[in-house]
Amino acid sequence: MTDHALVDDAQTPHAGFPFDPRFAPTHPPLSAHEAAVEANRCLYCYDAPCIQACPTHIDIPTFIRKIATDNLRGSARTILEANFLGGTCARVCPVEELCEGACVLNSEEKPIAIGRLQRHAVDHVQERGLQMFTAGTPTGRKVAVVGSGPAGLSVSAELAKLGHAVTLLEKRELGGGLSTYGIIVLREPVEVSLQEVEAVQALGVTVETGRELTDQAGLTALLDEYDAVFLGLGLGAVPAMGIPGEEHLIDGLQYIEDSKIAPDCLPDAVNIVVIGAGNTAIDAATIARRRGADVTMLYRRTDSEMTAYRHEYEFALSEGIQYRFLTQPVRVISEDGKVTGVECVKMVLGVPDTGGRPRPNPLPGSEFVVPCDAVISAIGQEKPALANELGLDVSGGYIVVNHDMQTSLPRVYAGGDCVRLRGTASTVMAVQDGKYAAVAIHQQLSQTQEAPHG
Amino acid sequence: MADLSVNFAGIRAPNPFWLASAPPTNSGAQIHRAFEHGWGGAVWKTIGAPVLNISNRYGGLTIGGQRLLAINNVELISDRPLDVNLREIAEIKRLWPDRAVIVSAMVDASPEAWREIVMMIEDTGADGIELNYGCPQGMSERGMGAAVGQVPEMCELNTHWVTSITKLPVIVKLTPNVTHITEPAHAAIAGGANALSLINTINSVMSVDLDTLQITPNIGGRGTHGGYAGPAVKPIALNMLTELLTDEGVLRSGVPVCGMGGIVTWKDAAEFLLLGAGAVQVCTAAMHYGYRIVEDMIDGLGNWMDDKGFATIADVSGRALPQMSSFGQLDLGYQAVARIDPDKCIQCNLCYVACNDTAHQCIDLVAGNGVRVDPGYDVRVNGRAVADTRPTPVVREPDCVGCALCANVCPVDGCITMVSVPSTQENISWDALTAQRPEIATSWDAMMAYRKEQGIEIH
Ligand SMILES: Cc1cc2nc3c(=O)[nH]c(=O)nc-3n(C[C@H](O)[C@H](O)[C@H](O)COP(=O)(O)OP(=O)(O)OC[C@H]3O[C@@H](n4cnc5c(N)ncnc54)[C@H](O)[C@@H]3O)c2cc1C
Ligand SMILES: Cc1cc2nc3c(=O)[nH]c(=O)nc-3n(C[C@H](O)[C@H](O)[C@H](O)COP(=O)(O)O)c2cc1C
Ligand code: SF4
Ligand code: SF4
Ligand code: SF4
Repeated sequence: MTDHALVDDAQTPHAGFPFDPRFAPTHPPLSAHEAAVEANRCLYCYDAPCIQACPTHIDIPTFIRKIATDNLRGSARTILEANFLGGTCARVCPVEELCEGACVLNSEEKPIAIGRLQRHAVDHVQERGLQMFTAGTPTGRKVAVVGSGPAGLSVSAELAKLGHAVTLLEKRELGGGLSTYGIIVLREPVEVSLQEVEAVQALGVTVETGRELTDQAGLTALLDEYDAVFLGLGLGAVPAMGIPGEEHLIDGLQYIEDSKIAPDCLPDAVNIVVIGAGNTAIDAATIARRRGADVTMLYRRTDSEMTAYRHEYEFALSEGIQYRFLTQPVRVISEDGKVTGVECVKMVLGVPDTGGRPRPNPLPGSEFVVPCDAVISAIGQEKPALANELGLDVSGGYIVVNHDMQTSLPRVYAGGDCVRLRGTASTVMAVQDGKYAAVAIHQQLSQTQEAPHG
Repeated sequence: MADLSVNFAGIRAPNPFWLASAPPTNSGAQIHRAFEHGWGGAVWKTIGAPVLNISNRYGGLTIGGQRLLAINNVELISDRPLDVNLREIAEIKRLWPDRAVIVSAMVDASPEAWREIVMMIEDTGADGIELNYGCPQGMSERGMGAAVGQVPEMCELNTHWVTSITKLPVIVKLTPNVTHITEPAHAAIAGGANALSLINTINSVMSVDLDTLQITPNIGGRGTHGGYAGPAVKPIALNMLTELLTDEGVLRSGVPVCGMGGIVTWKDAAEFLLLGAGAVQVCTAAMHYGYRIVEDMIDGLGNWMDDKGFATIADVSGRALPQMSSFGQLDLGYQAVARIDPDKCIQCNLCYVACNDTAHQCIDLVAGNGVRVDPGYDVRVNGRAVADTRPTPVVREPDCVGCALCANVCPVDGCITMVSVPSTQENISWDALTAQRPEIATSWDAMMAYRKEQGIEIH
């Protein structure tokens, strides 16, 4: 029953993807012994708070106990039953805010390293290529899922387990959504995300990449062919800032994507400015820093208002990333098409806005220049414009859904970032949306006797 | 600093920590090194008949990642030639006159064989002889070890052969592989033993390897029963020690008892002393960590004795014994209930599930507003903030039988305490009650009537 120490997956160059040792993961996998010791530290709480704090409600004490008893396959099954993307979530979840933050051992000592234990168990089955589930008895019903991010994969897997025939449409070349293109290699190598796409395929889901839903006619066609449609569109590119020199800005998402898929395309700048202070900004800054650049992050408010988690902020500081708060970029300065700096203005905090955060106001005459040779913009993501196109009810740019993830159109469901009007957009929330939607779709399909399409 | 020296059946040592007869006492060089580390004495690895030891002789018990909670061995007595051992014993005693050097021996059950070995041991200048009637494996099949220790007549006879020819103190080391430990003890005393020691190893099969399906230790594809020792056996050893030291016959004889079985720290040793041991022996812990552990044993015991105001080992020895009682003499009227300190509780709910599933269903989960709630949560609500408002376990004291299960499972020190509460019941022992009213022991109706009288309700 020896579980050999797992190979650090990002250290292993993968055939398909270039590997840069500077992007080696920040948390190496647990060795078998470390995992055993950590698992035995878990109290195996009853009705445990960590389960409640996990948005997908993984039975954490049970999966940890199974690690403690050397039942790694059973442990992985417990995890993946509740969260088909347990491998990604083990790496990217803000555990301090969720499960680990709720662990009863916080008040006594250190919380259990739930994320790392989860990774230990899921890696075990993924490295051995073990499929934990089989497709359900065919129901004769068909569902189309648009978007292969965490929301799309989750709903597909759950529906396939229930016996529905699922076709997953993805506009990009690779499946996985932001897990493939957006989460930096330090946290998740591409292979892990692609393996989750393969696991969905192993359940009989047809994944058609390079297929984009572009308009209402497309949706109508899908509704003709399928019993239900799920939209897991995610969000869009980094929005424009509307400042002079905009054309010189590097899209933060593109920058991260290149670092994963095509690192040779990354600019070799030595002084990089990153605009924004959210998760994406910190991720882009981390990559730039690991590639050897001096990195300064500009944010118009202060560290108290940043949307990034505290531990992310501190991580960035420990990486040697500098911050300039109360600073608003107003112009990108360039010479002969080459960036030389960003013109900024100092800000002062004013009265709180509707969200409760103080509104930053520019201090007239305080303009100054931050010299640099590249500027990355990471100020958020555009809302899914397609939603309007499809004739869906929209609020604040997000698709409106009810408790069952149903949109304003019959037989059309949605989940993930594209519906995240409130709360933080995260992988685990997208996975849970997929589960809710699968339950609701299954219920609807079970109620309707006749297939509604021709 | 307290005086740790002992005089055990005339054997003197600067402290009560002796190495038990086993691998740690296999040679002069080893014991020399052990004494340098401070051990007060050593019982030489058993010498006697020619043997051949076998390869792969130890199995280990691991629980929850904790290694060597017990060891199981299929080792025999010393496989070094007798004359080599005897020469080294003499050498060690000459080099370390202040330490206890005791020679463990085991030979065929014949007066000649014993006479011969006793003479040789006396010639070494050793302080005492320990008779090994304990080994449960290998030697017993040859009519020695446990084969002697398990038959009181043999035990008495063999002991007599030795005590009648030597002036050295004779310690009889008992095997725990018997139903009543007092029987071989009485036999040893009748045979003239000057002291007793216990326990030797317990018969055991350590484990089965789930990969290879072999019994461990795997000796060329076969396994056999072996002797079990180490931390996991301590409660058994303590019980046997108290059985001896509360026994009329043993007490009347006045023989001291050397305790062993699972001693790893000074605290374990203190427990053996409090229950009446005059000195202690250690084997597995030394095998696990080396001789160096004795430094903390001496230091820790001395500090504890200073804290408690004990000046000598004799002050400690037996201090907890008067509390030993039989079940029939316990107070039936005593009532304790579990009380949870809400400030210490971390809300793991282990007490709740333990009491609910396997005790008396008297712990409730109570929400912040004082309302009793069932376990469970709303799946639509998540986040650590929600988890912060978990209900707290509260004991319904009138229903608590005071079994103390919850206090045993609670992971936080001092969070659940068993508090004694005023009892409405009569303070009487079972023995006294059934002497007064014998029908209570034989008739359920009488029992129910007594309960009614006392207001005892069992749910
Ligand atoms: C830089 C960055 C870092 C992040 N870090 C973390 C983190 O550490 N932890 C965490 O939990 N979350 C993190 N997130 C958020 C997380 O990645 C998202 O919440 C999650 O991926 C949302 O899943 P989704 O399925 O809704 O959307 P996405 O992952 O965005 O997937 C949407 C998919 O739909 C496809 N698609 C879109 N439109 C169409 C169409 N019309 N036709 C066909 N296909 C279409 C897209 O190509 C994409 O593959 C991060 C996000 C970013 C941007
Ligand atoms: C490997 C091993 C070999 C032993 N050999 C002997 C022996 O030769 N003679 C003897 O009297 N006891 C022998 N014992 C028993 C120990 O002396 C001691 O009684 C027993 O291990 C309990 O103490 P402990 O829990 O501190 O190990 C042996 C024990 C072990 C583990
Ligand atoms: S709260 Fe912590 S200790 Fe309790 S079950 Fe969850 S991980 Fe284990
Ligand atoms: S002492 Fe026993 S009966 Fe009382 S609360 Fe604890 S577990 Fe329940
Ligand atoms: S076992 Fe102890 S810490 Fe856990 S809920 Fe009960 S009282 Fe609280």
